[in-house]
Amino acid sequence: MSRSENLYHHSVVTLLLIILLLPLAATLVYAFSSQWGSTILPEGFTLKWMAQLWQDPRFLVALGHSLLICFAALLLALVLVLPLMFVIAYYFPQLDSVMNVLILLPFAVPPVVSSVGLLQLYSDGPLALTGTPWILIGCYFTIALPFIYRAITNNMQAIHLRDLMDAAQLLGASTWRAAWLVVLPNLRKGCTIAILLSFSFLIGEFVFANLLVGNRFETLQVYLYNSRNGSGHFTSALVISYFFVVLLLTLVANAVSRDKE
Amino acid sequence: MKGKWLAAVVMLPFIVVFGAFQIAPFLWMTLHSFSSEAEGWGIDNYRLILTSPFYRQAIAFSLQITFWSSLFGLVIALIGSYSLRQLGATRLRSAVMSFTNMTSNFTGVPLAFAFVILLGTNGCVTLILRRYGWFGDFSLYSKTGLMVLYTYFQIPLGVLLLYPAFDALSEDWRESAALLGAGQIRYWRYIGLPILAPALMGTFVILLANALGAYATIFALTSGNFNVIPIRISALVAGDLDLDPNLASALGMFLVLLMVVITLVHHWMMRRSYTHSQP
Repeated sequence: MSRSENLYHHSVVTLLLIILLLPLAATLVYAFSSQWGSTILPEGFTLKWMAQLWQDPRFLVALGHSLLICFAALLLALVLVLPLMFVIAYYFPQLDSVMNVLILLPFAVPPVVSSVGLLQLYSDGPLALTGTPWILIGCYFTIALPFIYRAITNNMQAIHLRDLMDAAQLLGASTWRAAWLVVLPNLRKGCTIAILLSFSFLIGEFVFANLLVGNRFETLQVYLYNSRNGSGHFTSALVISYFFVVLLLTLVANAVSRDKE
Repeated sequence: MKGKWLAAVVMLPFIVVFGAFQIAPFLWMTLHSFSSEAEGWGIDNYRLILTSPFYRQAIAFSLQITFWSSLFGLVIALIGSYSLRQLGATRLRSAVMSFTNMTSNFTGVPLAFAFVILLGTNGCVTLILRRYGWFGDFSLYSKTGLMVLYTYFQIPLGVLLLYPAFDALSEDWRESAALLGAGQIRYWRYIGLPILAPALMGTFVILLANALGAYATIFALTSGNFNVIPIRISALVAGDLDLDPNLASALGMFLVLLMVVITLVHHWMMRRSYTHSQP
């Protein structure tokens, strides 16, 4: 490659990085600046906003709510999907194509559309779930499903499920015992990656949380939205703290998947 | 046979939960989109959507923002991921790749706030550009502003989807083309872009779907005051006045229908390009 070409590619990539970085960098500076109104650069730096955020009980409660809902939804997803995927792979391989269509539904029907039906079905009567965390757990399960299903499918294809099961049964294990003690531990990596990746986008979910539950069980994103009229520095501190959590999760997920190769 | 029965029972909890939170709401909406409070059963909701200037404006804004942000996102992602590819396994490349991965989750409310800091009325880029008189009458809260914002969140997704596609483009072909006297433009016009076409189309479709259903970013930025389809839907089920879940269902079905049409057009084009490439 010629030198000019190399220079061109370097500049393009650097420019891309700057574009992607700019909004985050501005938020970061804003979160740590004492005053940044009508000047191009901030007037001074402070940790005041971060301290104020992490001492705000409402923020900590919202964070707790978000963590609780995300973990519950992912746990539910694993409990429902792992046995299902094993059964499909081992007994009903023809159902795999049905599943591949089903997991497209959460993409084809965006959350804002789904909410219309959910609000009507679960607002009163015996299943009055709106306004409670339960409906969010159910909905988050559906939007995490495609990612979890894909990640575990990749893992399942890599472990030669049938050979493993045959070997276990030859050694005297029953089907379910073999599934529990042999197949499940082999799916650990796929599950870990699926959970970390789903977690980082579930914690950023706003549409279901705002439309179905709102202030009655305030999650992190709804809290962020509700504090939009307060100090911009405070909300920036919130955005940066949130992004830091996502960053950590992505790094761990990358490390786990690299470990796998 | 007993094993198979037990296996079928194992699938039941999944079917119940998925049915309750994904299938049932969708069926409810399909049914109720054909029912209107004033006229009873029929296609009145759909007729209203397609004739009322207010909803037609929402559809037009949605389509414009979706189309242009997807196109700009795709072009930037194409140029960026090609250069990223050509860099080889450098430190810069791995840094940009992991950063792209991360920013693909940087959407919704936090993104809207970050853009207010950057390009809002008193944003830092706004101030710099205004000082040199380059800002014009740009407003983040206008259609153009929203296109910029949407384009931003399309870029990381576009890069993630396009980057692997460059596997199909062998470096040898570029050298052969150069030896035969083709310049950069001719190489891209006759070799590069046609080979990448399926990946570009596929990515474009996903970007369209991504922008069409986006709600959180635009809602957080404009507090629900910008007229696009997702905002109208939410206003009809969770707004302060004029609640009409049946009309919201029809709008929702319309949005889903748009996505289906986009996907079908993509399928049809892929099939056509496949049959064309057959000798």
